[in-house]
Amino acid sequence: MSVNAGVTEAEGTSAGASPPLGRGGAIVTTSLTKRFPGGQVAVDHLDLAVPRGSVFGFLGPNGSGKTTTIRMLLGLVTPTEGTCEVLGEPVPRRLAAVLPRVGALVDGPAFHPHLSGTANLLRLSAADAAVDRRTARARVAEALARVGLSAAARKRYGAYSVGMRQRLALAAALRGPRELLILDEPTNGLDPQGTREVRSLIRQVAAAGTTVFVSSHLLAEVEQICTHAAVMSGGRLVAQGTVAELRAALGGRAAVTRVTVETPHAGRAATLLTGLGLAGVRAGDGEVSAALGDRAPEDVCRALVEAGVAVRGFAVVRPSLEDVYVDLTGEGFDVGA
Amino acid sequence: MSALEGAAALPVPPAPPAAARAFARLLGSELLLIFRRPRNLVILAALALLPVAIAVVVRYSSGGIGAEVTLFTRVTGNGLFLAFGAMAVMTPFLLPIAVTVVAGDAVAGEAASGTLRYLLAVPAGRTRLLAAKYLGAVLYALAAVLLIMLSALAAGWALFPSGPVALLSGTTISLADSLLRLLIVAGYATAGMAALAAVALAVSTLADSPIGVVAGVVVGVVVFQLLGALPDLAPLRPYLITSWWTAFDEVLRSPMGVARLVDGLLVYAAYTLVALSTAWARFTGRDITG
Repeated sequence: MSVNAGVTEAEGTSAGASPPLGRGGAIVTTSLTKRFPGGQVAVDHLDLAVPRGSVFGFLGPNGSGKTTTIRMLLGLVTPTEGTCEVLGEPVPRRLAAVLPRVGALVDGPAFHPHLSGTANLLRLSAADAAVDRRTARARVAEALARVGLSAAARKRYGAYSVGMRQRLALAAALRGPRELLILDEPTNGLDPQGTREVRSLIRQVAAAGTTVFVSSHLLAEVEQICTHAAVMSGGRLVAQGTVAELRAALGGRAAVTRVTVETPHAGRAATLLTGLGLAGVRAGDGEVSAALGDRAPEDVCRALVEAGVAVRGFAVVRPSLEDVYVDLTGEGFDVGA
Repeated sequence: MSALEGAAALPVPPAPPAAARAFARLLGSELLLIFRRPRNLVILAALALLPVAIAVVVRYSSGGIGAEVTLFTRVTGNGLFLAFGAMAVMTPFLLPIAVTVVAGDAVAGEAASGTLRYLLAVPAGRTRLLAAKYLGAVLYALAAVLLIMLSALAAGWALFPSGPVALLSGTTISLADSLLRLLIVAGYATAGMAALAAVALAVSTLADSPIGVVAGVVVGVVVFQLLGALPDLAPLRPYLITSWWTAFDEVLRSPMGVARLVDGLLVYAAYTLVALSTAWARFTGRDITG
């Protein structure tokens, strides 16, 4: 069953218009576009609105323009068209005033291999005119402690594991007090425990009032902590809003609430479900599933039992943000499977 | 009136002393990066060892050493000449390679490893960072020149006599005067290397591979040296930066050939100006995608 059927431009942009934001947004872009000299359009008329205080998930498959967008927010790449405001200041014109208030992890960690973790962060501090030299060491030590790198602080970066490198990049972003944290794929290379730690770190930072803008192609990781999200596909924004709004935007789409029945009588159950008017019935080995539609699950269950189908398990599966994502970006083939 | 309003709308820069102090910290960090890098230290050690090797060869062998015979035969009369001789041997190729390794890597190296995007996101400021990178490379060149000279002086005085120095033109000058002249040689050689560093830095902002940049600039130096050596291309010589690097033998004449040194410095200034403008224009307008 194909999931990207029926996703049109109009539907995409209707979800995109939901949060009206003035100058108060942490990030506001209008028609932001980047066309690289080769002619490739990496970001195409992007209207992004990230409210202050939100944890904003910036989602999309690899190559959908997330990193280029982040590079434009940080002044690394100059937009071809459109405007971009970060913390109320126009970028790139006022970068020098904006960036000291922003912590960033861009496109994976990058440090000098012959220097220790501490020395690498001190180098970034030394480049920062806004940092007081006397507090730099203490701040670096504190940032390393927050990501659990204190024990490896004096080890050469070249000897760090992938996970430790990612943590050091996070520590670099947390080097000082931040109003906005921009994290590009922060869980890349981390094991499940490390991923959990990053999530809890993001929660802590957000609880202290910092806006967190976090990009990911792995949405399940982000779903639990985000208040808002935007979905990119092929350089364009296909949806943005609160997580609840995005889930609601699914109505009538391929990804819908389904019932899954575990039973030895799969064939009989499938016929029955079809007879009840349920769509998308799929029978497997010892399992049958179907789209619930507007039927009450208890009615479906009772009908099965009354017809003599042995119900060993009965589950109602609601669409996750991942389903929305897969639905909107056309990534993946079969939502229910 | 409107001009005043326009000025008021500009972002207010930090007070000069604070900005200068912040820049000094950035430069200090750049120097730590350069002088803690094993590769750069190995190069400095090699440069420092070479004068010692020359001293030992001259002291314990009967024959001369190729083209630099005039200078090295004088070493046996006064160890101080080893400093001049070592500079004459190392300025055409070895010193330029050392400087190119550091200056050519300055931007391209950080771009290739990705550290550049983190520096700029700090924000380090593109012009500020470029200035620190250039000064860092120039100070590395100065360190290399001073190291060569100190090592040559130490080896020269350990193996050969010291005292008053007889110049190429026959006059004899005091030890103090000759040390002063050595300092002039150091300054002039550093100026030549600073011009080369500017060129290497410009190439470094144009390309993405640090090894490619270093190789390209070194090949350029060799080509310039060859062009300068061809008799048919003599009219080209004054325009080649490489032709001026060894002009410091003027310092060993009496009176000193100041005019030629000044001409050399003007050529260096022209190269530096063009190269740094190119580097700045390229670096401040460039998309950082690495």
